[in-house]
Amino acid sequence: MFAYAIRRIVATIPVMAVVALFVFSLLYISPGDPAAVIAGDQATPQDVERIRASLGLDRPYLVRFGEWVWNIVRGDLGTSIFTNLPVSTMIAQRIEPTLSLMVITLFLAIGIAVPMGVVAAWKQGTWIDRAVMGFAVLGFSVPVFVVGYLLAYVFALELDWLPVQGYTPFSRGMWPWFQNLILPAVALGGVYIALIARITRATMLEVLQQDYIRTARAKGVGQSGILFLHALKNAAVPIVTVVGIGVALLIGGAVVTESVFAIPGLGRLTVDAILRRDYPVIQGVILLFSFVYVLVNLLIDLLYTLFDPRIRY
Amino acid sequence: MLRRRDTFTGLVAAAAAMQLPRPGLAQGSAARTLRVVPQANLTSLDPVWTTAVVTRNHAYLVYDQICAVDSTNTPRPQMAEGWEIGQDGREWVFTLRSGLRFHDNEAVRAQDCVASLKRWMVRDVFGQALAAQTDELAALDDRRFRFRLKKPFPFLALAIGKSQNPCFVMPERLAVTDPFQQVRDATGSGPFRFVAGEWNPGQTAVWQKFDAYQPRQEEPNGLAGGRMPRLDRIVWTVISDASTAASAMVNGEQDYWEYPLHDLLPVLRRSRDLVVEQRLLEGTYGVLRFNHLHPPFNNLAVRRAVAMAVDQRDYLRAVAGDDPKGWGTCEGVFTCGTSLASERGSEILKTRNLDRAKAALRESGYAGEKVVLIAPSDYPQINALSLVTADLMTRIGLNVEVISADWGTVVQRRASKEPVERGGWSVVHTTSSGSDLGVPTIHLFLRANGPNAWFGWPQDEQIETLRAQWLDAKDEAESTRIGAALNARAMEVLPYVPLGFYWQPSAWRRNVTGVFRAPATVFWNIAKN
Repeated sequence: MFAYAIRRIVATIPVMAVVALFVFSLLYISPGDPAAVIAGDQATPQDVERIRASLGLDRPYLVRFGEWVWNIVRGDLGTSIFTNLPVSTMIAQRIEPTLSLMVITLFLAIGIAVPMGVVAAWKQGTWIDRAVMGFAVLGFSVPVFVVGYLLAYVFALELDWLPVQGYTPFSRGMWPWFQNLILPAVALGGVYIALIARITRATMLEVLQQDYIRTARAKGVGQSGILFLHALKNAAVPIVTVVGIGVALLIGGAVVTESVFAIPGLGRLTVDAILRRDYPVIQGVILLFSFVYVLVNLLIDLLYTLFDPRIRY
Repeated sequence: MLRRRDTFTGLVAAAAAMQLPRPGLAQGSAARTLRVVPQANLTSLDPVWTTAVVTRNHAYLVYDQICAVDSTNTPRPQMAEGWEIGQDGREWVFTLRSGLRFHDNEAVRAQDCVASLKRWMVRDVFGQALAAQTDELAALDDRRFRFRLKKPFPFLALAIGKSQNPCFVMPERLAVTDPFQQVRDATGSGPFRFVAGEWNPGQTAVWQKFDAYQPRQEEPNGLAGGRMPRLDRIVWTVISDASTAASAMVNGEQDYWEYPLHDLLPVLRRSRDLVVEQRLLEGTYGVLRFNHLHPPFNNLAVRRAVAMAVDQRDYLRAVAGDDPKGWGTCEGVFTCGTSLASERGSEILKTRNLDRAKAALRESGYAGEKVVLIAPSDYPQINALSLVTADLMTRIGLNVEVISADWGTVVQRRASKEPVERGGWSVVHTTSSGSDLGVPTIHLFLRANGPNAWFGWPQDEQIETLRAQWLDAKDEAESTRIGAALNARAMEVLPYVPLGFYWQPSAWRRNVTGVFRAPATVFWNIAKN
């Protein structure tokens, strides 16, 4: 398995190269000019041209791409056109809030969704099943920002239990850190909970029809033992797959959630950079997201072996 | 359609109205820290390199000015003790106040002012006009510097002390930087120091009181007078979602919101803890700009047909709501209420008649050419102006295509001189502070020098001649006469259509004191109880 993991990590290099080429090319051909944004209304076309030249944006595509790739190979993601700060510094400033949000959302979602799906499968056709599936439909249907606003209204504006916005670093204490993330995580987790609950229910229903479950029942294994020891473990592979796929969902959702709750994370950094055409930042963040996604998929593949011993790499 | 802003407006309104007693678990901040929601994200620190308003506001905290305008737009000494003008008006000698220091504890010298002026004069429009008249700018000693001019330039103090993009003084070591390269070190001599270590672009920017700052012993008056720092810290938190910003204000998590959206103002006004008032001295003016290079707006008759259909009130309601206290019509090219404001020749803007506009369009020779209107979807006010124009142009019979794009795309596309078939454009909108439309020299939309004019590139020799004459005006009467002539000519050839102005209020909590009206958002004299 170790050799497999190494092979997969090495295989990320061509994937990242393709992503890099794609991102760079897409930004190159997309409309927008950071020099014009910087120059403002007063600038003459000559001023804009001089700013463009000072930023190196007037050089040919291949020269810019080659320089960017060479810098990345040396571990340099470049410098923000606007702030003059290294992209790695800007990412480092933003990674903790996004990571915190995603981890809490992940724990919250798995902790709620898996039991929900299991119970819904166990109580198939009852009001409990319908309630769980109704919640899942709601989770899919209601946009993250609506859930976010409703939560902020109730728990921040009305009850004043939690702040409306912002982020407190973990280094300033666990509770201040956590209280800023509760509402965003619940808002972001809605879709994720719905997704995992549905797939858990569907997979559990299939597993619960298997012969070995009937055998377990005949041997007198209790209901919870059947559900959580026998059935859930065998239903885990599709669930873990969905959890992995959902990371992309979380990354997308984090953009909206971070805006609604004013969390200084990577999602907002990406949006701000796109709106300003801060190319080095966009390229750096997308590369990072791609890398994380590739790693998560690798992790999911490795987890399969834990749940299904028949899988060998 | 479900819109984020609409969703939350109702919720926040309900909360603001009820003002329930709260246990205050999420409250608490240092009394001498002002928490501000700025109008935009502070991404660059150099007010010469970029003209972004948010960078200018940062510059007012960090840097000081040689002179600054008061509430009547009259330049007053600021860092300068005063200045003397030679008898022929061609020599100005400025003397600095003693004891001024930069944040790195170095003394402020005349050489710093000269270097800062030279850098600023390369990039600023008024600065460029001043540079064109300057024979020599040099330090006489550490406290005095001198302008020697080719001919009298009575607006010299106004040029360097104007409210929008004035000359801020940096240490000479920074001011010698190429004006097209960004200065990274925000060392100034203003009332607050920038805390670079706490800067998280897109989220937080922090300033601390500069203890060695020596304010003038005067009451603040516009941007002039004493710039007394009464706060220990100012913390800007970028909240990009307007509804969240409103909630943060209502909930006491922020103290000051620079530019609340107009449709959230009623929500804020319902909160007993908040003050919502006009802080800026000038309104924000709307501009409808034609592309003069290509059909159909290279045809004056088509431009005039559109102007006949324009009713400024429609635009202003779309931006700022139905309350007429939030906006005002201004049917001339100069800022209303200023000395040059005139309605000479503005009859065309008083037509406000779609039928007459349709008839004028029919007679104009318009052959159905496509009109491409680019609208920035991420600028609510400019987007609203754009959509009103699209509607009225369609109604009078123009073949309009609206291209909705983000601001980054709009500013690139508006620079294109190509016809619409090859990625060009026909109509764009923008807004401008009234401070920038008060005099011909800095009035971007009144420049009519063809390829060198602002986007749209109108060409009219008469306008250019009048602009040049205004700089040489001998007295107030002549200045006013030329201003009226400029207005008449602009209304005749329509380099652009003025769309009136709206007020942009700010909101702050009641425990924030000392807030005063000024041409820009500044934070000196403000305290927090």
